[in-house]
Amino acid sequence: MATRKRRELRQPSSVSTAKAIAPEMEYLIIGNSAGGIAAAEAIREVDKNGRLAIVSEEPYFAYSRPLISEYLAGERSLDTMLLRPVDFYERNKIEALLGTGAARVDFSHRLVELEDGRTLAWRKLLLATGGVPIVPKLKGGHREGVFTFTNLEDADKIGRAVNKGHRVVVIGGGLIGISLAQALVQRGVAVVMVELMDRVLATALDAEASWLVELALRRERIELILGQTAKEIVARPEDDRRVGGVVLQDGRTIPCDGVVFAIGVAPRTELVTGSPVTLNRGIVVSRRMATSQRDVYACGDAAEAYDFIHKTNRLIPVWPNAVAGGRVAGFNMAGRRVSYEGSTGMNSLNCFGLSTVAAGLVDFEDDPTCEVLAASGTGTYRKIVLKNNRIVGMVFVGDIERSGIVFGLMKDRVNVRRCKDVLISPDFGLGALPDDLRRKRLSLANSQRGGANGNGR
Amino acid sequence: MGCGLCEVYCALAHSTSQDLIKAFKRERPRPVARIRVERVDGLFLPMQCRHCPDSPCVNACLTGAMYKDPDSGAVTVDPYKCSGCWTCILVCPYGVITRDIGTGIVAKCDLCQGRDVPACVANCPNEALVCIEDGADGQPLPLAAAAQERAGGH
Repeated sequence: MATRKRRELRQPSSVSTAKAIAPEMEYLIIGNSAGGIAAAEAIREVDKNGRLAIVSEEPYFAYSRPLISEYLAGERSLDTMLLRPVDFYERNKIEALLGTGAARVDFSHRLVELEDGRTLAWRKLLLATGGVPIVPKLKGGHREGVFTFTNLEDADKIGRAVNKGHRVVVIGGGLIGISLAQALVQRGVAVVMVELMDRVLATALDAEASWLVELALRRERIELILGQTAKEIVARPEDDRRVGGVVLQDGRTIPCDGVVFAIGVAPRTELVTGSPVTLNRGIVVSRRMATSQRDVYACGDAAEAYDFIHKTNRLIPVWPNAVAGGRVAGFNMAGRRVSYEGSTGMNSLNCFGLSTVAAGLVDFEDDPTCEVLAASGTGTYRKIVLKNNRIVGMVFVGDIERSGIVFGLMKDRVNVRRCKDVLISPDFGLGALPDDLRRKRLSLANSQRGGANGNGR
Repeated sequence: MGCGLCEVYCALAHSTSQDLIKAFKRERPRPVARIRVERVDGLFLPMQCRHCPDSPCVNACLTGAMYKDPDSGAVTVDPYKCSGCWTCILVCPYGVITRDIGTGIVAKCDLCQGRDVPACVANCPNEALVCIEDGADGQPLPLAAAAQERAGGH
């Protein structure tokens, strides 16, 4: 596009001209990760040719964000982190506009202005913008050696700054903090993990499972400081610009060469702030992943999608939910009416060889209406939380095989009154279910084959 | 009858040596069977991947390792991309994806890619396991062990 025209585009008075000359996308997806890719694939299942573009500020083909830990550990390069084969965009006729983010969305004229000044028009828009790491405002937080850890660039920065023999303070004992700690240990870096709650993974696991993960972390000589967080980041005596230590709330100073904040992500919503799109903490979406604005959809960490356990929409920033929501958004954008069946908080973790999966409400001992089934073995632990004979939460540690059967029963709200006793047994499987229920569970894929395609039915 | 030969021949088919004795006695890491016979009160239920049309494991995979072959319909895992996060294990409603502790990644039925008939089916002495092509959604889809409920002797 000519420079002169581009300048015109930026003037509000010439919006109608802009619309006329901007390349018009049938489908425009902002975000090139889990949700965006899933939506693009769903669109192409329905509409093979409608003009489709994906915009992302990151210059890479879609890669697996969770793998940045293995990347930092030196176990992987970008080419084994790609979510799809390199010809994915070409084969699916997707215009990949990578390396330049969306700067502004004009919802009334259906335009997106990119950071490089180009403008695109759209008929259907998906906001798959993801999340941004939360960094508290701290004294000294501007110093060199303070990082976050959610994308490849973060991993590169940490990799360049932190070497064998260094000591790094990881603020946050959640999934990201733990995956980072694993990578740092593999690089020969000493790790101090500071967690505000009294245990690690406090939102994902129950106390027993957290304790088993803490044992695994301590075995790798990771120092855990619980019930604390950073108050200030201090400099080195010899270099005022660089990180030299972290002062905790109790006044202790932990000398270190780097600090990484891994205390969570917030939905990335700056494109809709002040727009007609309804925003709560995240972008509010219907069961079809549609926002309050016609033809605008949202999914992933940026959106508040339906949680079938909490029976309400809420933020659940985990990968599988971004994909599930993205698929539903994509189908609906392309005209196939599909409803999001909902998901819930779910996490799996392989922490220095300790396998852990958890989903739903895992920490509800105090609720008198909940029933808890639990069993422990050597290095293993299983817990299932029931409410009105339906599974509402699960934690499996150590032996996690066939945990998916329990997850499926939870997701489909199956009454398990008749088979409670077998659910936590070590050799539990579909064979242990009552005949009629087993036959029903065994025929899931068959009914899917006979029925509709797609997630929602 | 619950003989478990399908488990043995599955592990063998996925071994490095392809030799029964070596595979079970010497090979490290030990080859892992991707089929498991559940034995409960006289019921023998061989369980392996259903290669679901809309596969929860593919949708949940964090790395793109789990994928569905658009031509064959088989759901398989790319060992170079799998990171062993176990998310697929959590979402599989049949519980048929397992950890391969030796390699640190997941193991699942791949319908014995490269063979005409999956090893479990070929070596089932009672012909309880069969492999059918399911074209219900307009796509051929091999599905082993369709006859498992009959195999249970019910």
